[in-house]
Amino acid sequence: MPTSEDYNGQVPAWCPGCGNFQILSTIRHALVELGIEPWEVLVVSGIGQAGKLPHYIKCHTFNGLHGRTLPVATAAKLANHSLHVIAVAGDGDCYGEGGNHFLHAIRRNPNITLFVHNNQVYGLTKGQASPTTAQGTYTTIQPYGVLEGSMNPLAMAISQDCSFVSRGFAGDPEYLKELMKAAITHKGFSLLDILQPCVTFNKINTFKWYRDRIYKLEEDYDPYNHVKAFERSLEWGDKIPNGIFYKKDRNILEERVPAIREKPLVRQKFSIEEVKHEIEKFY
Amino acid sequence: MSRIRGGHNFYQIRFSDQKVSASREMMDILLALDLNTIEIHKKSVKDGGFILYDSETVKKKFEGPEFVDIPFKKIALDVGKNSVMANTVATGATLGLLDLGLEVLKDILRQTFKQKGEEIIQSNIACAEAGYKYALTNCPRCKTFEIREPEDKRLMLITGLHAIGMGALMSGCKFYSAYPMSPSTGIMEYFASRAEEYHLVVEQAEDEIAAINMAIGASFAGVRSMTGTSGGGFALMVEGLSLVGMTETPLVIAEMQRPGPATGLPTRTEQGDLLFILHAGHGEFPRVIFEPGTPEQAFYLTNRAFELAEKYQIPVFIQSDQYLAESEWTFKSFDLEKLIYNDYRLREKDLEGVQEYKRFKYSDTGISPLAIPGEAGKHLVVADSDEHDEEGHIIEDGETRIKMVQKRLLKKLPLITKEIEPPLLYGNTSPKTVLVGHGSTYGAIKEVVDTIPKDKKVAMMHFSQIYPLSERDKFDYIAVLESADLTICIENNATGQFAKLIKAETGFEFSHQISKYDGRPFTIENLKEELHAYI
Repeated sequence: MPTSEDYNGQVPAWCPGCGNFQILSTIRHALVELGIEPWEVLVVSGIGQAGKLPHYIKCHTFNGLHGRTLPVATAAKLANHSLHVIAVAGDGDCYGEGGNHFLHAIRRNPNITLFVHNNQVYGLTKGQASPTTAQGTYTTIQPYGVLEGSMNPLAMAISQDCSFVSRGFAGDPEYLKELMKAAITHKGFSLLDILQPCVTFNKINTFKWYRDRIYKLEEDYDPYNHVKAFERSLEWGDKIPNGIFYKKDRNILEERVPAIREKPLVRQKFSIEEVKHEIEKFY
Repeated sequence: MSRIRGGHNFYQIRFSDQKVSASREMMDILLALDLNTIEIHKKSVKDGGFILYDSETVKKKFEGPEFVDIPFKKIALDVGKNSVMANTVATGATLGLLDLGLEVLKDILRQTFKQKGEEIIQSNIACAEAGYKYALTNCPRCKTFEIREPEDKRLMLITGLHAIGMGALMSGCKFYSAYPMSPSTGIMEYFASRAEEYHLVVEQAEDEIAAINMAIGASFAGVRSMTGTSGGGFALMVEGLSLVGMTETPLVIAEMQRPGPATGLPTRTEQGDLLFILHAGHGEFPRVIFEPGTPEQAFYLTNRAFELAEKYQIPVFIQSDQYLAESEWTFKSFDLEKLIYNDYRLREKDLEGVQEYKRFKYSDTGISPLAIPGEAGKHLVVADSDEHDEEGHIIEDGETRIKMVQKRLLKKLPLITKEIEPPLLYGNTSPKTVLVGHGSTYGAIKEVVDTIPKDKKVAMMHFSQIYPLSERDKFDYIAVLESADLTICIENNATGQFAKLIKAETGFEFSHQISKYDGRPFTIENLKEELHAYI
């Protein structure tokens, strides 16, 4: 069985007090509790403060380009579906630069997990607005306040029938761990949007701001009710619900691809002899 | 030229008892199914040639010895009870004019209409026979062609796109992701049509950015992968290309050029992306570019592309254009014994005894061990788009940076260059005039050289491995150019991009340049005309 030490990576270069620290330690604990060994998991990330995360744990890692996390993660899963594939992204990374890929990953429904560190600000580039920054927020390049409305990623995912839609909070690691475990074990494309305070650039959405507003979805809440889930995903402001908003048992991409029904693509042997007859088709 | 159903569409077929490898401007027979075709193409019919048409369909009667009026539509209605079979009548009539017999056409009709049932097949065969007979009996002066039986009756018929697709398949490529774009889509269609039989994964991406990142993801996870596109789509892939360079992920990319800028002429041809492909991607990293001259070369070079991509962990391009991509050629066969397959990826058994696996381990060759994540025992595979250390983790220090640039770029470059074959010299071996071409101009240049008298001492120098250029110790092609009086670089673009590449890499400057940028390939006639001033 793996231990938390097995997942010890490099020393993080995040600001002291950053919400990412809780997310990092929670991922480690969730993986350990699920009994997943480091060589059984591939973490794919893009660019942003969240994108650095895989360097701070120990597992297979592909830290690619800003916004391009999901195409890499989807294809890696198609190539080897015996791996647990976890995509880690930030709000700018996934909902901005990679917005199109996010929509299409929901459509494809590969059995991968997406953790979005949503701090409602661009941290790596020092404090500009992200797609989830509230309208009117002042930044160095939004001197009149953010002109655009903010995106609601949960409502968008639910509207597109995303297989698993949830929200957690970096300041509540125990509950976050349960959500992570549920997201990882769910069969299908799972979104976990994680509210994460940025202590350096976001002076509005602080730990306290979130703590004053966050509550858990009721114990008898039914995540299989599509319309209700959409309705609850619209709640934002004085009250912010956390938990599993929506679940839908949809068939997954890997099971729809005939080539990999019997075994992962990466384990299928190739020899020229076996394909030589192909040339006959051109006569 | 390809259009879906609207607009003017045409297809040119050239055949001979000699090997043919290019298109001609002038034709012997024009089979016109509408008025537009006659008006656009009648000037390209040779003296003594024929224009087959149906005056009732085009609603115009043409005078002149070349016009042969055949009632395609009426015959179709009388014999097949359906005017849609007029083109079957027309095809039969063309064969009748050549007195080629109908057996091959009948087989094709049986195959084509297999799904539609016996009745449709028989009606079409009857229409073909009626057209054939009509042409034989009503056009006595048509019997001017003498067609000999071919030596080889069993020939392959293959397009550039299918040759690339089959080359990839026979190289062990198992993953293809792309976004549809003419004229590259045929590769994806080919892969999709073979997916079930050969266990391939084909994914249509939401855009070309996703397409290349998917191919990267699959390759990182241990599967030979490929993507393909045309110029505009490749523009979107450029960011991902740079990621291939940094993460040293093996990848083969097909770029099937069409005339730009922007949407350009989507169904036409050009060699206008050469310098774009050569320079694409931010930062410095190695790449190889192949540009085949025939489908046969496309097949072998695609195989070579997969070998080099995996051996050196680099991007390798198969660059071609609409003309070669979509034209169909006949070949006796391809020599499958020439194919190579070396699996450079490391699994658990390959890493026995390795204490600490490092994906980007420094080495004399710059090549690091390429393990498959999850298949390499407990070893972990880490890749990063940031500059990284040997393990693959993000770094900032200058010392590591220098070592990594040396590893992935400077150490590999001379080794990669050694793998590149020199250009082909065809014709005179100590030529006074050298016609230089690259990629799809091969056929036109070669056939023009064949028509020039030997005493003119003309040769073709054709490059199909265009970057890096081959070392001169295998064959000093620059010396050949330097000792010639005339060196003419022939390109399907406006600015002579290949000539610029040669000058930049070798310092050699061609004495003349022939550029064609009307969106059409060189034909034998127009190349000869262009050369008239020089030879």
